[in-house]
Amino acid sequence: MIKGKFIDNLPKVYGIYTGGFIGFIILMAIGEQMGMSAKAIGVAFVAFTIFIYALIGYLSRTAQADAYYVAGRQVPTVFNGMATAADWMSGASFVAMAGGIYFKGYGYMALLVGWTGGYILVATLLAPYLRKFGCYTVPDFVGTRYGGNLARLCAVIVLTVASFTYVTAQINATGTIASVALDIDFKYAVYIGLISILLCSMLGGMRAVTWTQVAQYIVLIIAYLLPIFWISNKMGAGFFPHFMLADEVARIGELEQQFGFVKNSAADLATVPKGLAGITKAHSAVNATPWAFISLALAMMMGTASLPHVMMRYFTTPSVKAARKSVGWSLFFIFLLYSSAPMLATLSKLSLIDPTLSTGIIGKSFAEVQSIDWFQNWNQANLMFISDFNGNGTLELNEFFMGGKAVVLATPEIAGLPYVISGLVAAGGMAAAMSTADGLILAIANAISHDVYYKMIDPKAETAKRLLVARVLLVVIGFAGATIAAMEIQGILGSVIWAFDFAMSGLFFPLVLGVWWKRANREGAIAGMVLGLGSAIWYLVWVRTGGSGFLGLTQLTFGIFGAGVSFVAMVVVSLMTQEPDKATQKMVDEVRIPTGRTVTGK
Amino acid sequence: MSNAEKHWEKTRSLLLVTLVIWFVFSIGIFLFAAEMNEVTGPFGYPWTYWFTCQGSLGIFVILCFWFANRQEKIDEEFGFNERGDD
Repeated sequence: MIKGKFIDNLPKVYGIYTGGFIGFIILMAIGEQMGMSAKAIGVAFVAFTIFIYALIGYLSRTAQADAYYVAGRQVPTVFNGMATAADWMSGASFVAMAGGIYFKGYGYMALLVGWTGGYILVATLLAPYLRKFGCYTVPDFVGTRYGGNLARLCAVIVLTVASFTYVTAQINATGTIASVALDIDFKYAVYIGLISILLCSMLGGMRAVTWTQVAQYIVLIIAYLLPIFWISNKMGAGFFPHFMLADEVARIGELEQQFGFVKNSAADLATVPKGLAGITKAHSAVNATPWAFISLALAMMMGTASLPHVMMRYFTTPSVKAARKSVGWSLFFIFLLYSSAPMLATLSKLSLIDPTLSTGIIGKSFAEVQSIDWFQNWNQANLMFISDFNGNGTLELNEFFMGGKAVVLATPEIAGLPYVISGLVAAGGMAAAMSTADGLILAIANAISHDVYYKMIDPKAETAKRLLVARVLLVVIGFAGATIAAMEIQGILGSVIWAFDFAMSGLFFPLVLGVWWKRANREGAIAGMVLGLGSAIWYLVWVRTGGSGFLGLTQLTFGIFGAGVSFVAMVVVSLMTQEPDKATQKMVDEVRIPTGRTVTGK
Repeated sequence: MSNAEKHWEKTRSLLLVTLVIWFVFSIGIFLFAAEMNEVTGPFGYPWTYWFTCQGSLGIFVILCFWFANRQEKIDEEFGFNERGDD
């Protein structure tokens, strides 16, 4: 059935894979009809998909540095786009985003704009030039462009701080999903999640991660879109929800008017379990100041263009031209999910609050709501809560509380879809969290093994030894991440946003000016990285310990301050010190021309 | 001016145009979010709501491909086109 090289057969291979996965869903649906238990379906979904990823990881094993670090630079544009989309869309995007939109509305949707708009910066300012450079890692670019081990080391540090913050959140998400689907304690589930992550990446490095990420994208996008279309059709809201929910959005506005947003007293709110929230903000009205919205979007856009695990995906394309196209495809595949999240939030909210729908619970009596099966399940899982604050016996809008995750996880059940869909959603969430965690752990391990070990400590090391070090680091970093994740210090979404802020503070200007400003030199870059990251950390600590902040920058947008400091420091110090030597300037000229050998000479 | 310099100049103006469009749809329009949301836009959604759900996102996708094509044209014009391996 499959002849010739693997790369030439990609559409066929993944076509068969997708068909097989759909077949598996149908098989599970039949199983459900024949009396398979909900738990068995959940376990089957998660176990089956993880087995497939591990198999791909094993088949992609390699002993070559080029394949391990950059997948042999032969990943076609469309597939690299899918892999990047999976790399990019984390457990937070999959599980938490629709919930955030559901509760916070417009102010939260700055993240949708920021997490897509950032790709324009990636495509225009960085990706093609870094691909031409021919480096293995992002610090490799910084180290070669500016020269010297200190600049390289600074870049490794910024990368590690940002990516490590991010990865603990992802391991946390895999643990959460594994613990629900497999019904085991979170503390152990975290390590099960970690082992599945490592199975994908350890033997084949970037090559293995690339091909598992494509497989994971297919699972996660089916798992996200199928329930939305199904629910929308079942509710009669329209067969293509994205273009047809205007009436539903307007209806939510009407209901909000009718119910009003009653403010609960602090004493009442204290009885609500931690992490659950009520609907307190209008669904489609503009509820944030322009600067609050714009600053969040801007921070996320610049962060996108500085996160090394995304950038390194574009090192794997066959050419500079392909790198540019590939950014477009990445954005397209991300768009498919992001443009669907607000639709899911709309459908979910309407089905809960509209008293004229059979699923609506607002306005019903407490006894009636408490007798609903799905309410009991999610109440037990600590994701839903009701309390009769005003004692009138009927459920009001301000008396219903839900966890952010429930919007994605519980809506299929609320809308009366079969359980097989809930199993599918769990597998999708797992795919999203695993694929991002893999990319991040690989980014850190590669930076340390290539830039610190090979370039700084032992430049004569043989390939076999380098790859051994890379693999050992992968495991060590993974376990460190899992250990911190098991402590549950910071929520999933909070740590993700911090990672963006850290990355943009330390890396955005050193990377961009490295290509676009010939005069930028080593001293400037070091100052930019050190002062950028340093000031960002200082600002975050200051705001967290009661500082008032300035310019309206919060603990979600402090990266704008860090990047500002980084920019000023880099320009001032560069201009005060010597111009880069002729060889470096020639290198920059080389980078700007798409043809020819890569700058590092491969 | 050498070939490479001319190529870089055109590349820079393309960058500028792309970033201006990017700026308008990621930042510019949201300065007028409250006013814009009063008006009904595509598919019956309020304009601002539509931009945050689909509009800006979709424009970025198109912009990204448009940019890649234009840059390829510029590269070809100055003889920097690569082998057709995508």
